[in-house]
Amino acid sequence: MNALDSLLTSEPRVVAAGADLLSEALAGQAVPVERVEWQPPMPGTETSLYAVMADPRRVDANREALDRMLASTAELVDVRPAQDVLGLRPGEFLHAGPPLTWERASGPMRGALIGAMIFEGLASTPEQAEAALDAGEGISLTPCHDRGAVGPMAGVVSPSMWMFELRDEANDGTAWCSLNEGLGKVLRYGAYSSDVIDRLRWMSDVLGPLLQAAVRRRGRIDIKSIVAQMVQMGDEGHNRNRAGTLMLLRELLPDLIDSGAPSSQIAEAVRFVSGNDHFFLNLVMPAGKLQTSAGAGIDGATVVTTMARNGTDFGIQVSGTGSRWFTAPADTPHGLFLGSFGPDDANPDIGDSTICETMGIGGFAMASAPAIVRFVGGSVPEALRTSQLMYEITLAENPAYAFPILEFRGAPTGIDVTLVARTGILPQINTGMAGKVAGTGQVGAGLVKPPAECFTAALDALAGLSRSAL
Amino acid sequence: MSRDLDIRSGVYHDSVTLMQVSRTVGDEPGVSAALVAMATQLNVDLVVGMGFEPPADAGPNDLLIALEASDDDALARARAAADAALAASRTAPPSDFGSEPRPRTVGAAIARSDATIAFVSTPGAHAFGDAMDALTKGVPVIVFSDNVPLTQEVRLKEEASRRGLLVMGPDCGTAVIGGVGFGFANVVRPGPVGVVAASGTGAQHLMSLLDASDVGISHCLGVGGRDMSDEVGAVSTLAAMDALASDPATEVIVVVGKPPGPRAAERVRSHAAAQSTPVVFALLGEGEPDLTETARSVVDAAGATWSEPRSWPASTAPEPLLEGPAPHAPTAERPEDPASRSRGFVRGLFSGGTLCDEAMAIVSGELGEVRSNIPLRPEWALDADHDVGGHVMIDFGDDALTLGRPHPMIDGSLRAERILAEAGDPTCSVLLLDVVLGHGAHPDPAAELGPVIGEAQLTAARDGRELPVVVSLVGTAGDPQDLDRQAKTLNDAGAAVYVSNAAAAREAVRRVADRPAGQGPPDSVTDVLDTDDDLPGGEE
Repeated sequence: MNALDSLLTSEPRVVAAGADLLSEALAGQAVPVERVEWQPPMPGTETSLYAVMADPRRVDANREALDRMLASTAELVDVRPAQDVLGLRPGEFLHAGPPLTWERASGPMRGALIGAMIFEGLASTPEQAEAALDAGEGISLTPCHDRGAVGPMAGVVSPSMWMFELRDEANDGTAWCSLNEGLGKVLRYGAYSSDVIDRLRWMSDVLGPLLQAAVRRRGRIDIKSIVAQMVQMGDEGHNRNRAGTLMLLRELLPDLIDSGAPSSQIAEAVRFVSGNDHFFLNLVMPAGKLQTSAGAGIDGATVVTTMARNGTDFGIQVSGTGSRWFTAPADTPHGLFLGSFGPDDANPDIGDSTICETMGIGGFAMASAPAIVRFVGGSVPEALRTSQLMYEITLAENPAYAFPILEFRGAPTGIDVTLVARTGILPQINTGMAGKVAGTGQVGAGLVKPPAECFTAALDALAGLSRSAL
Repeated sequence: MSRDLDIRSGVYHDSVTLMQVSRTVGDEPGVSAALVAMATQLNVDLVVGMGFEPPADAGPNDLLIALEASDDDALARARAAADAALAASRTAPPSDFGSEPRPRTVGAAIARSDATIAFVSTPGAHAFGDAMDALTKGVPVIVFSDNVPLTQEVRLKEEASRRGLLVMGPDCGTAVIGGVGFGFANVVRPGPVGVVAASGTGAQHLMSLLDASDVGISHCLGVGGRDMSDEVGAVSTLAAMDALASDPATEVIVVVGKPPGPRAAERVRSHAAAQSTPVVFALLGEGEPDLTETARSVVDAAGATWSEPRSWPASTAPEPLLEGPAPHAPTAERPEDPASRSRGFVRGLFSGGTLCDEAMAIVSGELGEVRSNIPLRPEWALDADHDVGGHVMIDFGDDALTLGRPHPMIDGSLRAERILAEAGDPTCSVLLLDVVLGHGAHPDPAAELGPVIGEAQLTAARDGRELPVVVSLVGTAGDPQDLDRQAKTLNDAGAAVYVSNAAAAREAVRRVADRPAGQGPPDSVTDVLDTDDDLPGGEE
């Protein structure tokens, strides 16, 4: 029976948007009415919004994008230096977020680049590094995303850093992410003191090769399955990766031990990974990159494929507009601060880790991670509400990442630019906070939202490409 | 005098709700003006008109609360009243731990329910998005909103047709599906007649007349006033005819609307000819039968017996009028206004566009040119301020007059102002009004309109004039407002009441035509009763 026949032959069941008086008149006739809590779209968006909604390709294009995203797999296949996997040469650096110049780089981004210069042996002091970066000779800065990679916080990748390499066989995709250094004073938060550099050297000399040996001995590790388990174990995958880290270690341990490396090195590596609850973040992120980039580049699709920040700007990419960035000044997170740090010490939002929210976890999975809500300054009821609100701006639910507390509802997946504009609801992000002065490191963690302008600009661009007469 | 302008961001309420809140606050003692409204350009202009500085940075998503009161205490009471009324209008947010927030879009609401229909009454500039959302989720949609751009209507209907769905509207004021009334809809008995309505009030009137003759309705599918234009191409009319033709409950289909564009007419006629279910056309316009005649032929087609539409002739002036000067006793000393020596003019003030159209066709047929904001002929158009002499009929439900305000069937204040203005115009010799009952309409329109009619007649009486008021009352015995009680209240207020709009229009013509040049003697009750028997009309 088609929708019109059943309309006339069954008792009406109504969805109503608009004047309350009229929905009350329906409810008064004992008709089931699901009322929409409607509000006008973001100011100034209507022309573009309706031109995009009128695009006859939109619905099918989004379905295609979501089908690919949900089918995406993520397996850890290797661990290799960036110079090998990405062909990075000395002086070439990747960074988090949308494109950036040294001149516009924030404190933590500058600090991380200074540290990377020293780490690569391109400068021996921070002053030298800064001068070289200022001069720009032989230096290139490229967003990680433009090279299929992702990096947390400053996200700086230099040729000698080792990378996790992940494959999505369903969509024939590959993504990379550096190894996580731990918390506190670390390069990705803009610290570049000698202990930071020493740790990076150990990671390249010891940790990277050990992980490579273990992964190669063990064979592929299904990261998607670990992510699926971790969100059922209280991790939201962005600020809490404790269960994920332990599960990864469980997968790697036998082959680490069997690798033939000195037991002292293995113990050191295991101690390092166990002592860093965020170690697995750098595997969640490339899994997210695989998932979201699977939905990229589909004409007419309005789904967000990237959200990323470089410490100065917030940028998004949308399927239907390919690799084009839509940027606006990044906001500063609100939350809790470490030690004596306060709001004045925090840098604007930074890092590619918002790939977590883009894939449907992180801030979107707060309901599933009640243990962490206080760490980012939230409450449990708020977390439940936030996760459920994210379904209002997403196109699908990912059954692979199910939230037990919401009756195993799948993660809200596929942020739709038109839904963001229509509801005025911005994606909720959980994030760490970097100190705004280069060299400080992490100062806290909290909650932040992308600037609305990223979405309205993307909408305008989609409207320009719309195949509708409106 | 104390004044206050408050702007609140991120709080949205629909215009109907806010109009009610404004009225509640304005009724507080000591409050001289209250406007609680979203900061659209229109409302910002109103706030400026109240003497406030234009609020900076306020947009359509911000709430304005502009208050003016006699003193600070009254202002504080007004503020409290506004807060209380706003809070009461909000459905309580879910306070249960972990409960799901309410859906924010039509699509999200559809995903949560197994809806068979979406009903969209959001502002016209935005209804496209909500309607498109329903269609792409596979659900037919009623678009009650008006002021939807034509290109958007065409695009919606193209999408519906591609998906085998139906768009009812935009500007679909009326639909009845499976006995449930959507928008403005009368409570009608179930029966064999399926209605395809390009005219909301036309369909309401037709269904009410059928109901009075015990002929029921299977469904009434509105299609929007522009559907049968050549630009839209009758897409929804054809889809609605098909749906009704395959509906087992429908035995005869009636298509109600203005005459279609020539190309659309061809499509509709050939489509009708191909249906196995008989199709009756009720196309309104000059030279076409009026709705009452059409209703009679549909009753015949359904094999039922036609009952003459009821009426309540005007009686003597009601009590309150006696407080002023005697209404029917012009002061002899008063110098006669030259205009009052002529026969004067009909002033029709309508909430239903089709009722206005039909009345114009009847009145202009008898008395000539009728000026209107929805003129029968382009050269009869009213200018923007609607201020012109002669026979005038205004449709207060027209898009231009509902921009940023509720439909006159919900809120009659704009029309009430005009009624009182007409009462002071010596050239106005009869007021013709419509009152539409049913779901969605004002819960007690006669209670609102009755005093206005009384005041209008009193005003005219003070000027030494008699001002007959004729009301076309559209409704059924089953309507929540109670047809008989409404008729009685209006009648008691001094109006002659007809459930046939055509009969009401002919009565208005008669009151002008019978009016002697110069100030004639007042009608007595007997006069009215006598002439009522030979009312001109199509129901002989």
